[in-house]
Amino acid sequence: MTQTVTLHVFRGDSNGGEFREYKVKTAPGMVVLDAIHQIQKEQDGTLACRWNCKAAKCGSCSAEINGHPGLMCKTRIEALPTEKPVVVQPVKTFPIIKDLVTDVSWNYEIAKTIAPLKLKDEGSTEPLRMQQEDVDRVQEFRKCIECFLCQDVCHILRDRHRKDIFYGPRQMVRIAALAMHPLDASERRPFIKDQAGVLACNITKCCTEVCPEHIKITDNAIIPLKERVADLYFDPIRALIRKVKR
Amino acid sequence: MRNYETFEYDVLVVGAGGAGLRAAIGAIEAGCKVGVVSKSLLGKAHTVMAEGGAACALANVDPEDGWKVHFRDTMRGGKFLNNWRTVEIFAKEAPERILELERYGAVFDRTPQGLISQRAFGGHKYRRLAHVGDRTGLELIRTLQDKAVALGFESHMETTLTRLLTSGDRIVGAIGYRRSDGGLCLFKAKAVVLASGGWGRMYKFTSNSWESTGDGVMMAFEAGAELRDMEMVQFHPTGMIWPPGMRGILVTEGVRGEGGILKNGNGERFMFSHVPDFYRAETAETPEEALRWVDDKKNNRRPPELLPRDVVARAIYKEVKEGRGSEHGGVYLDVSHKGADYIKKKLPSMYDQFLHLGDVDITRQPMEVYPTIHYAMGGVTSEPETCATTLQGLFAAGEVACGLHGANRLGGNSLTDLLVFGKRAGDAAGAFAKSSSFYEPDTHQIEEEIETLFAPFGRKDGENPFTLHAELQETMQTGAMIARTEESLTTTLNEIKQVQERAKNISVSGDEKFNPSWHAARDVLFMLTSSEILVRSALERKESRGGHWRTDYPNEDPFWAKHNVCAKKEGENIKLYATPVPEPPAEYQEILKD
Repeated sequence: MTQTVTLHVFRGDSNGGEFREYKVKTAPGMVVLDAIHQIQKEQDGTLACRWNCKAAKCGSCSAEINGHPGLMCKTRIEALPTEKPVVVQPVKTFPIIKDLVTDVSWNYEIAKTIAPLKLKDEGSTEPLRMQQEDVDRVQEFRKCIECFLCQDVCHILRDRHRKDIFYGPRQMVRIAALAMHPLDASERRPFIKDQAGVLACNITKCCTEVCPEHIKITDNAIIPLKERVADLYFDPIRALIRKVKR
Repeated sequence: MRNYETFEYDVLVVGAGGAGLRAAIGAIEAGCKVGVVSKSLLGKAHTVMAEGGAACALANVDPEDGWKVHFRDTMRGGKFLNNWRTVEIFAKEAPERILELERYGAVFDRTPQGLISQRAFGGHKYRRLAHVGDRTGLELIRTLQDKAVALGFESHMETTLTRLLTSGDRIVGAIGYRRSDGGLCLFKAKAVVLASGGWGRMYKFTSNSWESTGDGVMMAFEAGAELRDMEMVQFHPTGMIWPPGMRGILVTEGVRGEGGILKNGNGERFMFSHVPDFYRAETAETPEEALRWVDDKKNNRRPPELLPRDVVARAIYKEVKEGRGSEHGGVYLDVSHKGADYIKKKLPSMYDQFLHLGDVDITRQPMEVYPTIHYAMGGVTSEPETCATTLQGLFAAGEVACGLHGANRLGGNSLTDLLVFGKRAGDAAGAFAKSSSFYEPDTHQIEEEIETLFAPFGRKDGENPFTLHAELQETMQTGAMIARTEESLTTTLNEIKQVQERAKNISVSGDEKFNPSWHAARDVLFMLTSSEILVRSALERKESRGGHWRTDYPNEDPFWAKHNVCAKKEGENIKLYATPVPEPPAEYQEILKD
């Protein structure tokens, strides 16, 4: 017997919009993205969404489903309450383009300001030597698929709209991957403190909760970066040395 | 005529997957102003889905390995349809490119000595794949993305090109639209690198994302470039089969590389009875030998699960066809004997994928798998050294190009392909641009493309592009899949022709602002032409070789052993012709023998 699910999908753009109701046939194992595709194919071809891999590897199909930020390709219809419609809307933190598609270009713009890896033996072509246990934590950060869900739920960005003071969890993870690379020779702490604004984070760990790659963003990336900054700027012995040198 | 914005670049790169980004790096380093156009956001291209690894004879794990063995394996895997010179360059330069990527910032899994670790894969004699768990593609694309961004280029994300513009037989630019607002963009370029990937979306069950509609290969064809080996499609042996919405999604060959075994519905490890003579000498004879191989690779031979993909895919097809399939019509792939810790470390995204999307815990249960359309071996003919196509100013690299893989691609060779030939294409396009200048595009071509693009808005109650796409996928899946016959191909060809007729009456509603049905309307035209070329090439090759299995011609044929099927546009027609495969020099013939 074929069953149906009711969806309320946001339709609109920067001038406003509304939730529209769609009924979609369900199949075993169906995910929200399947339902959106069915609407596109059979009911309204103008419904806009982003997607690529449909396997939680590319981070394109981020949305807010029943109010929870998540990947549409990883959210099973069966796992959602059936007694009420499934509400699908675009991520809130970024300006809407159309329907479920938002303008995430800010993330790409700030990424340009992050200095790339600078190796201690720059210019050499020798194979690098690094032990697995020394790269484990860097590899955790490099699992990031840039779905920007962490940016979506970050209070600094979402509620306080302070993109001017904080780069957000995604970029903290990126910076942590560089700063903790065993062979990186850059002094990144002034950048982490001033431009990237690590101290703005108030450690509510919302970013960690939504990460589809299960990266412990707050514990493993942001807090260690805060500590590094604190070591440089707020260590009383270093402060004394700075004073004496002056 | 509609307005369009104009952009000028020394080198225009079409596509921002691994090949496009590596080409951009090459062209920027050559001092060029570079623009990169991509249908998706940066870092989302299909490269991101590559899982298993990048093949390169670093010999970090098996010291016996070297470029000659990699050359041999690739040629044998491709059933000698490859361009030997392309393969030679590839095998020689692969280690350099991987080490370079590591210096850009890629963090591969390590050996106990602290070097890049390498894993076993189908068709590779030694453990050869540099990898990061089962997310190597993500590592590769993110590293190249960060590197290219640091060097500086102009990015046109979510922009779809639909026509290459020519002046005589020279490529002078391209035109397309921005997805966000439908705005037209005209790109003038001294050189163009085509790195637009493959075309798996013409099939119903595929591991490919929505982007793989073959716009790139068709733009090149429409502009007059030569294509070859279009009949050669790779059916990856292991795609997900259940639940229905997940059908086709890739299950990395890394599962078998890490010791995964295949069993049919009767619980038999069937691959031992599907070993072709060609590979018998290098394949384990018994499950005991295959098991010993895991710890002692010197004195034992590889398990038959690690035969090249075409062999394994055919074996699975036969098992299911002969009634020995699994619950949902596939076979079982079991790696649970490796233990939960090992699996979670080496195959974390497979673990996650099956747990969340398939309700299967692969540390305890087998996966259910069936072949899925995965890769296009054929594409735009490109020169081994420079990646130059048959059109002046147009270079091709990555999946859209043809020459490296022959009749069957070995797993792990595509990621390295992107690096080796992405660099070569970028370098060559950069050098070409330096000694070239801008040419005015033909306004007639621009007008024609604008007409094609916007026509669906002007029609009322016509065909739904999504419906036509689904019908094309259905007929390709039925008639041009893993087992092909004259009859199945002819039926499919006729059905394609019918859909082509109906496609003249596609209509869409709404406006140009991020409108998926409008995007699909143009995509489906590309897919209809590429499907026709694929099927007609498959009818030409009256033999079985690699990914091309003709059950009415089950054997290899001496003429087709030495010829590629090529396709070119002649007037409004598709001209097909056979071209001799370049003959390797005598010293390489020796390597290929054993």
